[in-house]
Amino acid sequence: MTEKPSSAEEVAEVVRAHARISAVGGRTKPALVGEGKELGLSGLTGITDYEASEYTFTARAGTTIREVEEVLKAKRQYLPFDPLFAESGATLGGTVASGACGPGRFRFGGLRDFFIGVQFVDGAGELVRSGGKVVKNAAGFDLPKFLVGSMGRFGVMTELSFKVFPAPFETVNLSVICPDHVSAVERLAEVASSRWEADALEYDPSEKTILLRLGGPGEALDQICEEIEGRWAGEVEQFRGITGWRDLREARWAQGAFLVKVPITLSRVSQLAGWVDGCGGAVRCWCSSGGNVAWFSFGRNELDAVDEMLKGHSMAGLTIRGSDSNGPWLGERKENAILGAVKEALDPGNRFPGI
Amino acid sequence: MIESLKALLPGGRVLTRDVYLAAYESDGLTAFRTKPRAVVLPETGEEVIKVVHWCHQHGVPFVARGSGTSLSGGSLPVEEGIVITLNRLNRILEVDPVNRVAIVEPGVINLDVSRAAESHGLYFAPDPSSQTICTIGGNVAFNSGGAHCLKYGMTANHVLGMKAVLATGEVVEFGGRSREQVGPDFTGLFCGSEGLFGVGLEFTLRLLPKAECFHTVLAGYRSLEEAGNAVGAVIDSGLLPGALEIMDALAIEAAEAAVSCGYPAGAEAVLIVELEGPTEKVAVERAQLDEILEKTRSFEKRVAADSVERMTIWKGRKSAFSAVGRLSPDFIVQDGVVPRTRLGEALRRIGEMSEETGFRVANVFHAGDGNLHPLILYDGRREGSLEGAEALAGRILEMCVEMGGSITGEHGVGMEKRDYLPGMFSDYDIEVMKRVRAAFDPKEVANPGKMFPGPEAPSLSRSGLHPLEEAGVISRE
Repeated sequence: MTEKPSSAEEVAEVVRAHARISAVGGRTKPALVGEGKELGLSGLTGITDYEASEYTFTARAGTTIREVEEVLKAKRQYLPFDPLFAESGATLGGTVASGACGPGRFRFGGLRDFFIGVQFVDGAGELVRSGGKVVKNAAGFDLPKFLVGSMGRFGVMTELSFKVFPAPFETVNLSVICPDHVSAVERLAEVASSRWEADALEYDPSEKTILLRLGGPGEALDQICEEIEGRWAGEVEQFRGITGWRDLREARWAQGAFLVKVPITLSRVSQLAGWVDGCGGAVRCWCSSGGNVAWFSFGRNELDAVDEMLKGHSMAGLTIRGSDSNGPWLGERKENAILGAVKEALDPGNRFPGI
Repeated sequence: MIESLKALLPGGRVLTRDVYLAAYESDGLTAFRTKPRAVVLPETGEEVIKVVHWCHQHGVPFVARGSGTSLSGGSLPVEEGIVITLNRLNRILEVDPVNRVAIVEPGVINLDVSRAAESHGLYFAPDPSSQTICTIGGNVAFNSGGAHCLKYGMTANHVLGMKAVLATGEVVEFGGRSREQVGPDFTGLFCGSEGLFGVGLEFTLRLLPKAECFHTVLAGYRSLEEAGNAVGAVIDSGLLPGALEIMDALAIEAAEAAVSCGYPAGAEAVLIVELEGPTEKVAVERAQLDEILEKTRSFEKRVAADSVERMTIWKGRKSAFSAVGRLSPDFIVQDGVVPRTRLGEALRRIGEMSEETGFRVANVFHAGDGNLHPLILYDGRREGSLEGAEALAGRILEMCVEMGGSITGEHGVGMEKRDYLPGMFSDYDIEVMKRVRAAFDPKEVANPGKMFPGPEAPSLSRSGLHPLEEAGVISRE
């Protein structure tokens, strides 16, 4: 049976009542749920504070991204980092805990750049606040940033505050077909350093295609598009509609049982794409955010090969979907004593799953 | 014991004579002074690691320091402790234009990062007013801000990874060159930790492409409230300007006297709005901004025609702090934050407090993000003047907290505001922060006495500007 508290105090009570406990939101990233009693946060919902003129909102941890986006949209605002799995029911808390962002991360930054304040229950079962509710704040340690990607291992978030931005007046999408991975990387680098200000910059290695999203006033976008089309004549196409971006945010391209996030740099893209080509379709890869994240999708049979490849490149991967008895980590992890010491500081009773 | 420290840094790089120590007694917050036991001048990361090991082993407190521009007393020495100066660790190790990052040592000056990246069309966005002298190590430790935080965030948003020696002597590497990572964000936690965790030795910084075009407008208003309303109108229009700044009459008067910036005569407030981006976009947004400002009651509007005029507009703003030194022998600057929509109310209340207490207050602020900078003018030679100014500063901070804001937007808590931290956080919140601190520094040797409320601060009233301020090298923002 899943406990279903509907207030921060109730969450704290549930935490205190169990020796081992693991928070669960919308179950869109199941590989991150750890051992222990499941603490469901789907009853802890609702936007508690939203003042569009402040560019901030505060909501309870179980609030779905979908709800937040609808409310923001009514005021022509948005979370620029395109949170993942909104249509599948992802929650704010789970999104922060997973640390995973979508294509829009490219322009203005990711969760760490927009998550500004938090209330959470620590391992002692007490409520703690950190950060604030204003866009600029330097008081106290920045625990909100630390909790991005912390996978519920240090505390159960109950309330979160975010910075938001005005949504662009219009958007235009372009695809750029590249002759090979090496030239794709050159083009990605060129776009990233250009005057064009792309909002999103993705690369699909299987199609050798770059996807670009530009946002702003329509008449200005037309001129910028024309310039980009001229830059790689015959290889650039405009595509309308937002279905493609929605599909990307739901990772619909990923058909394998496993979905793994790997932080990379642009310089690594052609090497990784080449390795994936060599897997003959068993492993799919998607390069997101200007070549800063590689997402891998594959079946269980390929798990060891991906793990080996990441280790060979000294890279770490985090499994978002797909269950493995060794936990969500793949590849090489940096071990240090401070990780354990901070875990002990925030979760003294070791109630939450191990990191 | 100091002899064993000297053995670690040969060549006279451990200073113990009073005449040398005097230069390190104070930082940008000149009201506080403490003489350290020694000042050490390491030249490499390895040497810093050795010194931190030594401090941990002997239980000697240390304060790492760059150019000493902290406005919250963050780099104030600890009595009986040592100061580790990092100015000699000033190498830009790499500028990587493909991945758009720079790897730098802590003693590198903020503006030098942008200079090094310039030939690739890139820059480092955080721009505290002291950027011509302040160092990256200090920017990271105090999560420095600047005039562009609404759109681009603070220093922490631009630090992707680091190598650091923790107060325990453990050497760690957090994050890396990727803009993303997996697992908890230790880099983000380290930023803004005010030197309480250890010493950063190398930072991987995010670089951004330089905007192609800027559109800078200066608008004069007959009242502060009208300027504040104009900010609201710009924000509500859906534009996202790179900067939105306001100065009040007293701040304008000071800036005018100092740098002859030629702001509209008779203005009770000036508003600076800056748009940036591709030429085509700025052209459209510019028309939109014109329309918005047309409806506000500005009596004069100037548009920078070129980069020289743009710099003139910014010069007035960026010099405002040191310029206030012309109006008063001493001043305190606060950097509390209020929700932006309550700026008008906050300024009215500051005005009332100013009248009530008799202290003049000049206001310069980052209007887009609600970050106030009241400059409280006092005369340190007058009995009780500093204490009165500090009491007024405290009331302003309490007002910021009451309005749902913060006691500090960008200067950090440091020594100056540590007694106000409990206004923002519960006893338990602070206990948790102390547990985190203990994880990094169980012996409390790294910058002890800062951030958390503690015993009487080593306050000695002092009069006049900081020597670097007098020389026009640094300014308080």
